[in-house]
Amino acid sequence: MRLGYELTEAVRISGEAILSNKLRAALTTLGIVIGVATVSLMGSVIAGLSQTFEDSLSVLGSDVLFVQKYDWTSKGNWREMRNRRDITLRHATRLEKELSLAQAVSVEAQSVGPVSHEERSAESATIVGANEQTAMVRGYLMEAGRSFSEAEVDGSRPVCILGSTLAENLFPRSSPLRNRIKIRGKKYEVVGVLEKMGGSLFFGGADDQVMVPITRFVSDFAYNPDVNINVKAIDAEAIDETRIEVRGIMRKIRRLAPGEPDDFAINQQGMVMDAVIQTGGTIAAGGLLITGLSLLVGGIGIMNIMFVSVLERTKEIGLRKALGAKQRTILIQFLLEASFICLFGGILGLLIAFPVTLLLQTVFPAKMAWPVVLAALTVSILTGLISGYLPAFRAARLNPVDALRQE
Amino acid sequence: MSLIEVRNLSRLYPMGEEIVYALRDISLVIEKGEYVAIMGPSGSGKSTLMNLIGCLDSPSSGEFILNGIEVSEMDDDELADIRNRQIGFVFQTFNLLARSTALHNVELPLVYAEVDSETRRERALEALGQVGLADRVTHRPNELSGGQRQRVAIARALVNRPAIILADEPTGNLDSRTGVEIMALFEELSDRGNTIIVVTHEEEVARHARRILRIRDGLIAADERPPADERIDARLSSCPEG
Ligand SMILES: Nc1ncnc2c1ncn2[C@@H]1O[C@H](COP(=O)(O)OP(=O)(O)O)[C@@H](O)[C@H]1O
Ligand SMILES: [Mg+2]
Repeated sequence: MRLGYELTEAVRISGEAILSNKLRAALTTLGIVIGVATVSLMGSVIAGLSQTFEDSLSVLGSDVLFVQKYDWTSKGNWREMRNRRDITLRHATRLEKELSLAQAVSVEAQSVGPVSHEERSAESATIVGANEQTAMVRGYLMEAGRSFSEAEVDGSRPVCILGSTLAENLFPRSSPLRNRIKIRGKKYEVVGVLEKMGGSLFFGGADDQVMVPITRFVSDFAYNPDVNINVKAIDAEAIDETRIEVRGIMRKIRRLAPGEPDDFAINQQGMVMDAVIQTGGTIAAGGLLITGLSLLVGGIGIMNIMFVSVLERTKEIGLRKALGAKQRTILIQFLLEASFICLFGGILGLLIAFPVTLLLQTVFPAKMAWPVVLAALTVSILTGLISGYLPAFRAARLNPVDALRQE
Repeated sequence: MSLIEVRNLSRLYPMGEEIVYALRDISLVIEKGEYVAIMGPSGSGKSTLMNLIGCLDSPSSGEFILNGIEVSEMDDDELADIRNRQIGFVFQTFNLLARSTALHNVELPLVYAEVDSETRRERALEALGQVGLADRVTHRPNELSGGQRQRVAIARALVNRPAIILADEPTGNLDSRTGVEIMALFEELSDRGNTIIVVTHEEEVARHARRILRIRDGLIAADERPPADERIDARLSSCPEG
C-alpha cells in the first residue's frame, strides 16, 4: 500500500493547520520549550563541569594516594577531622621507610609568607616543604636547574625551587638559578625553576609557590607542621594494594587499636571523580524531573489543543472521509500536527539553550551536550505522538455523516 | 446487472426510548446512466437514502448492492475506498477546503486514490475545464462566487470518474438563476453518460431529471418517469435572455 501521497497531503494539512494558528501553537508548546531548554542547559552545564573536573583531576595523577587528615569526599565529619592528631614528619619518615609497594613518596607541608629578591617581592607566596621525590610524584617538570638531591633534604640545606610565575616576578630579566632569595626573611639559593603548569579548578597550581626541603621547612617556618604524604604506586593497577599497605602502616604508626576508626584519610583522584559523577547525577536527576514535568504539562496542553483542533475541523474530517480518506490517513494527519508542534517547541527550546550556553561559556565551563539535545528533541516528538494519539484516534473514528452535518 | 440495487433497506435511529424510522423497507433499482431526482418534504428521509447510497452510512437492515458488490457489511476503510472510487459527492454547502485552491480541492479525491501528482494535476485541470472554470484554478473558495464554488465541487465529484454522482440539495444555497446553471451542468454530465442522483425539494429542479422518486415518511411514495416534453431543459432556459 502506497502511503506517499497521503503522507505529503498530511504534512501539508498539518503545516497549514499550525501556520493558521501560530500563536496558539506557540503558546501550547511552552511546556515543551521549557522542558527542552532546561534539559539542554542542564546537559551543557554537566558536560562542561565534568570536562573541567576531569582536566583538573588529571593533574593529581591516577596512581597517587594522598595521605592527610582530611577526607576529600564529604563522607567524614568535618569537626572530627579537624580534631584529628596532625600527621607529623616523623610519621611520614616511618611510613616511607616501611612501605614496600611505593615507587616514590612525597612528604609535603605548606605555609604562606613573603618571598623577595632585592627590591622585588611577592607578599604571600605559597611556601611548600618538599622532599627529593616531590617533583616526581607531583609530575612537576623543570624549566631550568634541577630538583632537590637526597643530600640536600637530609642535610636540610637552604635551597629552593621556584614556580614559574613567582620566578618571572622575582627575576623579570635574568635567570634565577644560583641567586639567593629571602623566604620569610631567611636566605635560600635557587636551584631550580618549574615549568608553567596553569591553574586547576581546585588546586592552586604550582606556579605561585616556592619549594624548600621539608627538613629546612620545619626549622625555618613551622616547628611541627601537619604534613601530607603523597604515595605514588608502582603503577595505577597497584593502587588498591598500595592503599591497603599504607593504611596498615599508618594505623600502626598512629597506634590505633583494632576496631578504632582511621584518624587519617587516604585520598585519590578516582574518589573525587566518583563524587563529581554522583553530584552530576543528582543535578541531572533534578533536571530530568523538571524536564519530565514540563513535558507532561506540555503534553497535556498539546492534547487539549489537539482536541480543539479536531473539534474545529470536524466538518473537514467528514469531507475528507467522504472523499476516500481512510482512518489511518486522518490519524497520521493529526499525529503529524501534534508532533510538528512539539518539534517546533523543541527547536525553540534549543534556540534558547544554545545562546545561553554560549553566554555561560564566558564565565563558566559550559559545553553543548549534543546527545542530550538529540534525546530532548526525540522525547518532544514522542510527547507529541503520545498526547496527540487520543485526539487523532477520535478524529479518525468520526462517522462521516455526523461529521459533515457539523457546522 | 444494475448499478444500484436496494432491497428492503431500513435505517433507524434509536432516540432514547423511541426509535426514529428514517427509512422503512425501501427497495429500489437504478440503472447506469440514469438521472434521478429524489423529492420529498423535509425530514422524509432523502438525505438518509443518499448517505446510504453514497456509502457514508450503513443500513440498519436490508441489502445494498453497488455495481454488483454487497456493501452493507463493509467496514469503515473499505467504505472509504468505495466512496473514493465509485461516488462523487456534491453537497448543499459545497464543502470546499477554505485554505486550498480550486485545483487542490479538485485533486483531493485523487490524493486518496494514490494517483501521482502529475496525473492528478492533469485530471483536475480537465475536470475544472468540464465545469467551465479553466481560468479559475488558482482561486481559493473565498475568491469565487457561490455558483463557481459549486462548480469546483462538481469538478471534484467528477475527477475520479465515479460510477455515480450524488448531489444533496446542490442548489439549496444558490440563487435561482445560478441554480438553473448548475442544473444545466448536471444535464450535460448526464448526457455524457454519468449516473446522477439529485436530492431536492423543489419541483422546478426535479423536473430536469428523467426519473423522480418521491419519498414520504421514509417510504417511496411514487416512482415517476415523466415524458420528455414535460421535462425542463435547463440549457435552454439558462440561455441569455432576449
Ligand atoms: N443522526 C440522526 N439521529 C437521529 N435522527 C436522525 C439522524 N439523522 C436523521 N434523522 C432523522 O431521520 C429522518 C430523516 O432525515 P433526513 O434523511 O435528513 O431527511 P431529509 O434529508 O429528507 O430532510 C428525520 O426525521 C431526521 O430527524
Ligand atoms: Mg436533507
